[in-house]
Amino acid sequence: MEARPSIPTAFAPSHPRLDARIPSGPLPQKWERRRFEMKLVNPANKRKYTVIVVGTGLAGAAAAASLGELGYRVLSFCYQDSPRRAHSIAAQGGINAAKNYPNDGDSVERLFYDTVKGGDFRSREANVYRLAQLSVNIIDQCTAQGVPFAREYGGTLSNRSFGGALVSRTFYARGQTGQQLLLGAYQALMRQAAEGQVLLHPRTEMLELVVVEGRARGIVARDLVTGTISSHAADAVVLCTGGYGNLFYLSTNARGCNATAIWRAYRQGALFANPCYTQIHPTCIPRSGDYQSKLTLMSESLRNDGRVWVPKEKGDGRSPQEIPEGDRDYYLERMYPTYGNLAPRDIASRAAKLVCDQGRGVGPGGLGVYLDFSDAFERLGRKVLDERYGNLFEMYERITGDDPHRVPMRIYPAVHYTMGGLWVDYDLMSTIPGLFVAGEANFSDHGANRLGASALMQGLADGYFIVPYTVGDYLARGGLGRVDPSQGPFRDAEAVVAARLRRLLEVRGTRPVEVFHRALGNLLWNDCGMARSRGSLTQALAEIPRLRDEFWRDLRLVGTGEELNQDLERAGRVADYYELAELMCLDALEREESCGGHFRVEHQTEEGEALRHDDRFTHVAAWEWRGPGEKPVRHEEPLVFEAVPLQARSYK
Amino acid sequence: MRIVLDVWRQRSPREAGRFLRYEVPDLSEHMSFLEMLDVLNVRLVERGEEPVAFDSDCREGICGTCGFLVNGEAHGPLMNATICQTHLRHFRDGEVLRLEPWRAAAFPVRRDLVVDRSALDRIIAAGGYVSIRTGSAPEANALLVPKPEADRAMEAAACIGCGACVAVCPNASAALFTGAKISHLGLLPQGQPERARRVLTMGAQAAEEGFGHCTSIGECAAACPASIDLEVIARMNRDFLRAALSRREREPISTLSRSSLREPTAEP
Repeated sequence: MEARPSIPTAFAPSHPRLDARIPSGPLPQKWERRRFEMKLVNPANKRKYTVIVVGTGLAGAAAAASLGELGYRVLSFCYQDSPRRAHSIAAQGGINAAKNYPNDGDSVERLFYDTVKGGDFRSREANVYRLAQLSVNIIDQCTAQGVPFAREYGGTLSNRSFGGALVSRTFYARGQTGQQLLLGAYQALMRQAAEGQVLLHPRTEMLELVVVEGRARGIVARDLVTGTISSHAADAVVLCTGGYGNLFYLSTNARGCNATAIWRAYRQGALFANPCYTQIHPTCIPRSGDYQSKLTLMSESLRNDGRVWVPKEKGDGRSPQEIPEGDRDYYLERMYPTYGNLAPRDIASRAAKLVCDQGRGVGPGGLGVYLDFSDAFERLGRKVLDERYGNLFEMYERITGDDPHRVPMRIYPAVHYTMGGLWVDYDLMSTIPGLFVAGEANFSDHGANRLGASALMQGLADGYFIVPYTVGDYLARGGLGRVDPSQGPFRDAEAVVAARLRRLLEVRGTRPVEVFHRALGNLLWNDCGMARSRGSLTQALAEIPRLRDEFWRDLRLVGTGEELNQDLERAGRVADYYELAELMCLDALEREESCGGHFRVEHQTEEGEALRHDDRFTHVAAWEWRGPGEKPVRHEEPLVFEAVPLQARSYK
Repeated sequence: MRIVLDVWRQRSPREAGRFLRYEVPDLSEHMSFLEMLDVLNVRLVERGEEPVAFDSDCREGICGTCGFLVNGEAHGPLMNATICQTHLRHFRDGEVLRLEPWRAAAFPVRRDLVVDRSALDRIIAAGGYVSIRTGSAPEANALLVPKPEADRAMEAAACIGCGACVAVCPNASAALFTGAKISHLGLLPQGQPERARRVLTMGAQAAEEGFGHCTSIGECAAACPASIDLEVIARMNRDFLRAALSRREREPISTLSRSSLREPTAEP
């Protein structure tokens, strides 16, 4: 493989492949320059290359469709029964883009600045700048596909505001933006499938990455209907498999969302970056009981018109309507007068926890705060609000039985997104050559906290506009011989997968997988959730191996591996969660500072805000697997802030 | 509370199925319907019995993965909601509920309540898109779309592809599903260049898959969790008539075979 030029870095990385390979030159020209440096594949040769894309969410569907359009042979995998069901579909609020249609002062620079600041100065400037640049192309692309974005009466596209920004740059399709963007990408994917450019493998789960001579050359997957284990060879592999929020059991993720693909890649040598960066979303419906299987998000866009409050006094037992204005504490407006109810997610979540810890929470167990629309109903009327949030109001009523038109919503923070993920360079390539990682599965753009409406932006930027170029460049640099999926490393990987499944089936203990997953989730929520401390993390690190041993000793699965066996699928995922949970706690323990979603109680200002230690932690922590039972090695990629000088983040 | 379930149990597509009765005591009315099935499954596994296979993913009514018949009603008794969004407070203590998978020739049963809905994917693959390459899009605001049209397109685009419309239709027709996509794209200027071709190819694919024809019964719209209006079928029919009459190309409409979108998997 021919190396591509990159600016020499001042530091010598402790891992040979830990080089972000950021192009030289000023920020606005870096991506342009990089694209010009790229080697191109002869159009006639593209069909000779096979690319595997795992996952069909925004990043995966967009990447597979775009690679197919370019002429590559694409194999697309998803565990769902249809690519259209990937969890991007559940994103509600919107997608950011620096179009500045409202003429309120937005620009690529400002979106870049807001994202770097929103991420609490723990993301890579060059990546974020490119993301802001590409944001405008995404809106054009999706509109052309027929995505029915909200519009003004004049026929132009409409915008709304989101947390962490003072401009209106969020495009939306009612409260179903993720659904509409995903269907656009899915339809593009299905067009390529019909043309024979993409072969679909729905209900098929990747269970191992195959590395041949140091390069990613394929995967081993299990057909979830028949249980058949098969190998698939390729010239490059793109993982678009989402985040690992389901580690916590209760999260806003779909039931099937899992970390197995990225975890297998980690165990094959891909570094895992910032596993402790998890996002707790402030506006979710509080849990109602122990049987609960997931938490439902209420879009952040609701904070545009809803006001968040709790009673001023502890233990105020009155119903919300009986509490007069003077006895209410609109705490976000009080604590953060500039951003008010639109404070970023990490800050709003922590503030909710703070008032609940003070005993001022509402609803069962005091774990809730009010999100109140009564002012907005008076100001704008029911018709306008229903147009904006109608489906969210309905969804809330369906779940809780309460009508938000009459009583304020009750909300509480819940695990929503993971900023950490596999480490990637500027080209979104991991430390394993030929293994690309896009969307939530990588760590690249959101630092320690993601702003609302930026996940959709990143997934589509990666999938439509970055991966199709950078994969081509990798392929054009050559050195890829043929590999035979019926031989050597593939056969070995299949054997490993089969053995792991057999081991799960043969435990023959007493407790179902659900019970184990719930126990792990509880532990992580308490010890590595919204507030973390040396004590809680040390305790978790002692407890997790104990839970894991119990799992491998007492798991009960019924049925076989040669059929549709949903508990077996879950058990494989939970087995990986134990290992990833340990890495997450370890990373949280070693990052002796608070930043974004990572809040260490030992590191806070007098006012209880996150306190960074830039002198010691302005870097990405990238972890290397060293084998079962071995402590992973922590590497560092220094972060340099030139365009946005390091500063304490303030939304006051 | 306590619920009695008669659940369709079928181990594989080749084996015969039957209803089995399960008593599920100690439930909370705040549980969702699927959480009740989670509870049942935990208890079954603890007893060493096979858990009930059912599909679900987002559990907030948007992914379209879940769905089965509850006493003959798709997604249960609640209007405009999926079964994952239906809570037990809508049922009586001690109620007997019969759960069975979507019934349609085009949706073969995989196991218990799980069916194969890939036929719907092939209908989309046959033409449910705008042919626009990545990178070739014009500036988004160069194209003005009147708000009423954009809103109507959004209403049609809200289809979650769950298949309830097919399951409740006496003809097992996929007209509401197909009509929703044809209306979504047909209402927008972006969808015009391929409008005639789209309705012909998607219609032909639906017939190829074994879905029946629409006889305007309207069960589909009543059962639809995404409130797709019956009007989308009228729009599809109008487009079809117009396209069939004005068709310039005389070559036959080609359809996709059941295995064409994926490499065939070996059945055990």
